[in-house]
Amino acid sequence: MSVSGQKTTEATPASSSLWRELAQLRHVREINVLAAMLIVGALISFYTPYFLTTNNLMGVFRAFSLTAIMSIGMVMVIITGGIDLSVGSAMGLASLVTALCFDAGYGTGFSIAAGLGVGVTFGLVNGLLITAIGLPPFIATLGTLSIGRGLMYMITHGVPVTPDTPEVFSVLGQGYVGPVPVPVVIMLVLMVVFALVMRRTRFGRHVYATGGNEHAARLSGVKTGRVKLAVYVLSSTIASLAGIIGFSRYLSAEPASGFGSELDVIAAAAIGGASLAGGVGSVTGAVIGAALVGVIANGVVLLNINTYAQQAITGGVILIAVSLDVLRSKLTGGNG
Amino acid sequence: MTPFLEMHGISKTFPGVKALNRVDLRLRPGEVHVLAGENGAGKSTLMKIMTGVYKADPGGVIRVDGQDTVIRDPVHARALGISIIYQELAVVNNMTVAENIYLAREPLTATGLIDRRRMNADARAVLAELDISIDPDTKVGSLSIGQKQMVEIARAISYSSRLIIMDEPTASLSHHEATVLTRMVRKLAAQNIGIVYISHRMDEIFEIADRITVLRDGETVDSRPASEMTRDLLVRKMVDRDLSQLFGEHLSHATDQVLMSVRGLGLKRPTAQGARVGDVSFELHKGEILGFFGLVGAGRTEVMEMIFGSRAHVGHIAIDGREVRIESPSDAIAQGIGFVTEDRKEQGLVLGMSVRENFSLTHLADYCRLDVVNRRREAEACRGYVRSLGIKTPSTEQKVLNLSGGNQQKVVIAKWVARRPRILIVDEPTRGIDIGAKAEVHALLNRLASEGMSIIVVSSDLPEILAISDRVVVLKEGRISGILGRHDATQERVMLAATG
Repeated sequence: MSVSGQKTTEATPASSSLWRELAQLRHVREINVLAAMLIVGALISFYTPYFLTTNNLMGVFRAFSLTAIMSIGMVMVIITGGIDLSVGSAMGLASLVTALCFDAGYGTGFSIAAGLGVGVTFGLVNGLLITAIGLPPFIATLGTLSIGRGLMYMITHGVPVTPDTPEVFSVLGQGYVGPVPVPVVIMLVLMVVFALVMRRTRFGRHVYATGGNEHAARLSGVKTGRVKLAVYVLSSTIASLAGIIGFSRYLSAEPASGFGSELDVIAAAAIGGASLAGGVGSVTGAVIGAALVGVIANGVVLLNINTYAQQAITGGVILIAVSLDVLRSKLTGGNG
Repeated sequence: MTPFLEMHGISKTFPGVKALNRVDLRLRPGEVHVLAGENGAGKSTLMKIMTGVYKADPGGVIRVDGQDTVIRDPVHARALGISIIYQELAVVNNMTVAENIYLAREPLTATGLIDRRRMNADARAVLAELDISIDPDTKVGSLSIGQKQMVEIARAISYSSRLIIMDEPTASLSHHEATVLTRMVRKLAAQNIGIVYISHRMDEIFEIADRITVLRDGETVDSRPASEMTRDLLVRKMVDRDLSQLFGEHLSHATDQVLMSVRGLGLKRPTAQGARVGDVSFELHKGEILGFFGLVGAGRTEVMEMIFGSRAHVGHIAIDGREVRIESPSDAIAQGIGFVTEDRKEQGLVLGMSVRENFSLTHLADYCRLDVVNRRREAEACRGYVRSLGIKTPSTEQKVLNLSGGNQQKVVIAKWVARRPRILIVDEPTRGIDIGAKAEVHALLNRLASEGMSIIVVSSDLPEILAISDRVVVLKEGRISGILGRHDATQERVMLAATG
């Protein structure tokens, strides 16, 4: 008798009730964060009707879109069990290199490619330090973060670079598709693409397996080194794209651009359900996490709360969101 | 004598599963009480209730020294005199023996610093009392598994434990270490300490037990003095089947065709611990089941890891007469080799993933078009294996974390079998799984061999090796000390080659 010969047609019980389906949704992390965001939104709009105007909402979306874009790359790194602290530097250096290219008279295509090249370089250096040399991701990317910052000051001497750019380039950061800002469109496209990559492709499965149990994944034939290299390159490249979009919006590359943004990006991924231990997380969760932080930031402004409080509130949200997640998995897990 | 610990009508329900149903257990001082049962029978759950990890459902009664007691948590259990030694030992490798024994209750000097001298002296006294010859100042990481276990026993004794629960303590011990442990258990019992002993090894159970309690499907089905129990009866109680039904006839499917030949295989970089494996040469035939036997530390696993590319090697490996280069697991897999590793949790499974995702990890490309996974086909194939291997799981979407050990092992086997390797290496395929599942695994390996797969079985369970192998390769201190045909391979000869 052949083991693999028998295919089965046994279907799952067809009559699963709607209620069961809904109850299942409770376990989907993204739904929880989305619900939290809707509640926060409802509260804000209760106090100030301006919150729900198209104008304001689009502004909110555009404000968090760069963090959200970077969190898409970050969450893939985190799912492999790693971390990428250098995204802020990759972002800043990419915007600077793009600006310098324009300044030197290159065209839009070349300048953007050069900016993205910065990201690819960051990713390759991070990935090789981690996979070929075996540095812990925290250390490797901490190093490249610092190098990136140093380079930016060395290049700019602390003075912003403000080149002349063609009209078409500013579409990236300032344009609209209907009422929707272009950065938001890019964010949504990237979210859909990478959510599908992570859920539906072999690469995505290998990313989850590498973070879930690297040793077992390797022994199953997963080329875990290549998987890790790939996620770091993706993360840095996506971050550099965010840098280019940011430059396109203000048409000025600041020497301190992107500094500290790695923490917002990691926070978005964590709020969205990614576990720093690896193996767990989702692209949509990270984007929704960034959205939640963005909505809170907007609410703080609209409600005339001291803007310094915003950071503290964001910190509180991270702690509450992740604590709830940990408590929930304690309650549902652990039957043996 | 009044029981030290008495449990009446203990039930435990998890969402969707009744793990224990009105279990009774009476543990007397100085009694070695073996808890037997298949995996999933409820032994672990019962242990966890005894040590306060789980709370029993309302309705049951637990008495300690005749007093109704609620065991609140593991710390409380230890205060009551109940200690446990888990299969996965709970020692800190970077700390010394004494530091481990007195972890979290280090003796302090007047100034509040750790009184290292007193701690070492106390540890030495405890170790001496148990006749354990380990220096309290050595790092635990440098000890063997058997010695680490002794450190845990010393720790339990230093807590003045009156009941020590041991969960399959000999599962990863060599023959010699197991004998030492057995003597230690008898000695503890002689000091009026109660022992709960969980084991799947028949010889050991009958050697050590004063009383045997059998759990099946979460219920107590039998409890009697060991003197009134026989092997056949015990197996029947555990699995509700006869022994003769469990182990079928051995039919060889080996052919003359040499599939893989290994010449002069050895470690590229010798490991600090363990054998200097070298000069290993053997042939594997198509359809053959080749057993690999040796004592712990003989280098069996190292040989398999070299063939599978997860450990660097020197020497030559040829498949179908052509020399192949194997430098990573993916190289080996590309050559048609599969490896069911010894350690399911560390090496075999991604515990947080579902049965389906673990199953397909070795051959995901089979279900892909342009790298996109067709999950319907993947799940269908997985359900086929769940059915044919009898994997007990509510669905293919269940996380493997929630399966019992035997079922986890079957998932590991399924993920490799589904890849249809030409050579399947299985390292300790039945460790820690119960006798029923064991027989199923053996039958499966036989069936695969009959379909032309070549199989290498590594096991420290000698009866298993003899029952299943066409030929037996014996390793001793990193070298091959004998290759025996099925009819020459008796317990005595194999053991002699392994030790002599």
